[in-house]
Amino acid sequence: MQFKSQAVAKPYFIAAIALFVGQILFGLIMGFQYVVGDFLFPEIPFNVARMVHTNLLIVWLLFGFMGAAYYLIPEEAETELFSPRLALITFWVFLAAGALTVVGYLAVPYATLAEATGNNMLATMGREFLEQPLPTKIGIVVVALVFLFNISMTVLKGRKTSISLVLLLGLWGLAVFFLFSFYNPSNLVLDKYFWWWTVHLWVEGVWELILGAMLAFVLIKITGVDREVIEKWLYVIIAMTLITGIIGTGHHYFWIGTPEYWQWFGSVFSALEPIPFFMMTVFAFNMVNRRRREHPNKAATLWALGTGVMAFLGAGVWGFLHTLAPVNFYTHGSQITAAHGHMAFYGAYVMVNLTMISYAMPMLRGRSANSPSAQVLEMWSFWLMTVSIVFITLFLTAAGILQIWLQRMGETPMSFMAAQDQIMLFYWLREAAGFVFLLGLVLYIWSFFKKGEVQTAA
Amino acid sequence: MTIDTITPDEILATPPGDLAIWFFIFAELLAFGVFFVAYAFARAHNVELFDESQRQLDISSGAINTLVLITSSYFMVRAVAAIKQGLSRVCARWIAAAIALGGIFLAIKLVEFHDKFSAGISLSTNTFYMFYLSLTIFHFMHVILGMVILAAVMLKARRGGYSAQNHTDVETGASYWHMVDLLWIILFPLVYVIH
Repeated sequence: MQFKSQAVAKPYFIAAIALFVGQILFGLIMGFQYVVGDFLFPEIPFNVARMVHTNLLIVWLLFGFMGAAYYLIPEEAETELFSPRLALITFWVFLAAGALTVVGYLAVPYATLAEATGNNMLATMGREFLEQPLPTKIGIVVVALVFLFNISMTVLKGRKTSISLVLLLGLWGLAVFFLFSFYNPSNLVLDKYFWWWTVHLWVEGVWELILGAMLAFVLIKITGVDREVIEKWLYVIIAMTLITGIIGTGHHYFWIGTPEYWQWFGSVFSALEPIPFFMMTVFAFNMVNRRRREHPNKAATLWALGTGVMAFLGAGVWGFLHTLAPVNFYTHGSQITAAHGHMAFYGAYVMVNLTMISYAMPMLRGRSANSPSAQVLEMWSFWLMTVSIVFITLFLTAAGILQIWLQRMGETPMSFMAAQDQIMLFYWLREAAGFVFLLGLVLYIWSFFKKGEVQTAA
Repeated sequence: MTIDTITPDEILATPPGDLAIWFFIFAELLAFGVFFVAYAFARAHNVELFDESQRQLDISSGAINTLVLITSSYFMVRAVAAIKQGLSRVCARWIAAAIALGGIFLAIKLVEFHDKFSAGISLSTNTFYMFYLSLTIFHFMHVILGMVILAAVMLKARRGGYSAQNHTDVETGASYWHMVDLLWIILFPLVYVIH
């Protein structure tokens, strides 16, 4: 750690991992409800479990991004953080808001929560991923603004690098596009249309900039390759991301009442969306092969390479699988979507956060890398989580293909529930893979407590 | 510049300009390529509709624009040749001429767009016009981007920022500009001419 104020990243990373555990537990509950429908009913209905599962994911990824920014920006700008105090205050505000929101989801019916939190004044709730009550949404905006102020000021007073500029662009974009969560027109087509401006332009737009910047930062640190080379890659990758991703929004506009040309725009541009992810994979491997130093943190290197590969598979390949309009006509909203969602989120955003945490946490604890035995444990967790997400994806893909075949094709299509009964086996397998994932996560956390010979940071 | 000032090694060693622009050019060509293929498929299914709509296009303005862009590309060749001899101001002037022709292209295209839009044609008119408008508008925006890139290079050239040895940016800009030209050379016959 080069700057004292980078230490504020630590609580962010710890909170991120804690919420990650919560996300996985609710995923397991929900996965079990797929096969035993009334499990934990009425205490935790399926819709609530799902909401908690997805919301926790988003919140912990945001904690991870903020922690990453607080760690990365001072080092890139070569100056102390503008205000470490502010960073700690917003940490507690964000954590409290997040916890209260989840408690609200679990404690009272959603409709009661909506009424109690002013949804009648400004209706923003009840939409997938943006279920947060109004005060939480406002809290997110305030926290984001304070956070952006803090890191932007740091960059302004220090060295301006491509990595910090790309990261800032991504984070500002994240805040700007979240504002569309407040816009909820009563016309359902318009509602969905702009809902995607938050959801799609986050994960297939500005978040990819954040991902690229974080990956580039870690690669510079662990490979020692010239900044100039890495920055050039970064620019080409983000240019491709924006060219394909922005109009790629069209792949959500096939069947929601928007004009027909979106079927062409969405198909063509989103068919090209795998390219930036592929370039990221080539980038990561290329840089590691050209490394000019042997960094002792092998685990972080593994995570960085894994991010490239899994993001390409999950976001790129599994996205392409169902992005062409004639295919999507059949696959829309099936388990294929769920398969893609799981591997894309894990491969891109979970893994880049774990890459950053894997690299930064030892530094924050005063050493350049964890002990070899702790790293072995961490690598086990890498393989367990990664392989199990691959299996979750494969099982859901199988379930999806079968579901589409039974329910949407053929002479006598089955009803939704009848088709679900037929694919039960895959849901059982998915749940089993989910437990392996949890085991991987437990090992990951355990690796932080594993003692052994360590190298002190230079 | 004469041909004999370039050795064969120089031609083959690396593409001119910054390598990054070539990734970018490749990606752009891929994007347009996918669109061209999609156009071909859509046309094969709707030959009559495409034929009829294509006849409503103004081939002569398209042809003039083809000449304009090719000439503009030639001016960029002259700009690169000039800077290779260390003539910054001459280089800047050739780039200015290339940009001016880009402007003429845009003006002619705007007249065409104006005609179509005032005839009530939009992206939703039919599949042909969806392709015609998307392809030409995407290309239009690439011309603008190319002009911005060339303008940046021109300003630096005018300040004497390049020399006979160090002029990667000029070649980078020229490469991108040739791509914009190339796309039009494919787009024009494909959409305007081939019935």
